[in-house]
Amino acid sequence: MKVMVEKKIESLGIYVTDLLNGLGDFTNFTFKTIYWTFKPPYRWKLLFEQIYFIGNKSVFIIFLTSSFTGAVFAYQIYVGMKVINADSFIGPLVTIALAKELAPVLSGLVVAGRCGAAMAAQIGSMKVTEQIDALEVMGINSYQYLAVPRILGATISMPMLSAIFLLIGYGGSWLIGTKVLMIDEVTFTSKVSDFMELGMVTEGIIKATVFGYLIGIIGTYQGFNVTGGAEGVGKGTNMAVVWGMITVLVVDFFLTSFLTQIL
Amino acid sequence: MSEYSIEFQHLTKKFGEATILNDVSFGIVKNKITTILGFSGAGKTTLMKHILGLTMPTSGDVIVLDTTINKLGDLQLREFRRNFGMVFQYAALFDFLNSYENVAFPLREFTKMTEEEIKEKVMSLLESVGISKEAAFRLPSELSGGMRKRVGLARGLALDPHIMLYDEPTSGLDPITTHMVYDLMKETHYSNVHKGFTSVIISHDIHATLKYSDYIVFMEAGRVVEHLDVESFKKSENPVIRRFLEL
Repeated sequence: MKVMVEKKIESLGIYVTDLLNGLGDFTNFTFKTIYWTFKPPYRWKLLFEQIYFIGNKSVFIIFLTSSFTGAVFAYQIYVGMKVINADSFIGPLVTIALAKELAPVLSGLVVAGRCGAAMAAQIGSMKVTEQIDALEVMGINSYQYLAVPRILGATISMPMLSAIFLLIGYGGSWLIGTKVLMIDEVTFTSKVSDFMELGMVTEGIIKATVFGYLIGIIGTYQGFNVTGGAEGVGKGTNMAVVWGMITVLVVDFFLTSFLTQIL
Repeated sequence: MSEYSIEFQHLTKKFGEATILNDVSFGIVKNKITTILGFSGAGKTTLMKHILGLTMPTSGDVIVLDTTINKLGDLQLREFRRNFGMVFQYAALFDFLNSYENVAFPLREFTKMTEEEIKEKVMSLLESVGISKEAAFRLPSELSGGMRKRVGLARGLALDPHIMLYDEPTSGLDPITTHMVYDLMKETHYSNVHKGFTSVIISHDIHATLKYSDYIVFMEAGRVVEHLDVESFKKSENPVIRRFLEL
């Protein structure tokens, strides 16, 4: 019995130590990337390549996700609102939900899945094939060369993707609301402009920017921490997606609590 | 000016409780080919990482080209690393760039050469290591192991380094390609030796080492067992070396 308890305590101790080590490593990585962001040389070409990959190349999937989200959301709200004869409020309800929550969070989840995974896989495979060592031997800081453009690329691209999500999502709800559910077009748009405020859009944009930064830092951190061979790369990629998505959802809660106070 | 390109002075490296390098002191002679030989786990790779300043000693000093590199700051160290060229075990070519772009990479990063000058230099480097014009525009995944090593060598030479490091340069290659790569390394060494060029090879290939090296450093369990010229090494009575020679 005593041995069993000792073993449990020991494994708990190892778990806590590993967790604290991981947190320390992550904090260290975060500070290093911040430091190297402001150090020359500034590699604009790499940054634009990342904005193209994270931003432009995500537009199609954002288009699909947002148009159907807007359309489905309009349908669901219509069912509830019809009961209390308030179906003309579909427009503002969908748009406010999109601006404040759905656009930044769903864009975040899409980017975490698509780009967070790609970042971890690219950097991870470079690590296991000594390409990162090759950079370091040449005197190039691998954090500055590999992590900084990806983190900045995600931070810059995410608010733009979120804005596109909002516009297309609104389009989807407008289409369903006015053409299928037969709500008057003028009523739909005027109610939206009555209830929407700039602060709501700002809230979504701030959230998307924070999510972009977090997805970038988690994806690159997981890549740099890959060990072993192909299996390690797979594990790192998986961790980047899982932690990226969890972080988006958890941080969204705290950001909402904070931003609704100040905006 | 020291007769050594690289000098280790009482170098000790510990990782936790484990001592990887134990009071290592020797010098790598300038303008010569030195091979660091030993069984797996002898501390060869850790020693090479100390030369590059990728790992710092627990105690002792590493002096490269008359500079104590473990006393340099991070930025100075990065600058200093331009004195090195390195060929990795599996070449470590950037897989998103073709051979040409891989060799051009350090030139674009560290020099102010025009694209025309870069093209001229890259093509001449690739030609010197036997890479055809056609292969120059292939991705690393489309090259054979031997070709990748040769492109790696060309990339290592791009910035005209003073010290060329080779980490197990022939592992995974067939015997004929192995000798081709070693011939190329030797040729590269002697065609650059007038510029002050030192080659350091990490290997456990005893036969190639005896054929191509000027000096051999034999390591075991983090210590230097012998540091001799090739002829003296062949005659060594040390039982560990005899065992290695008889393999």
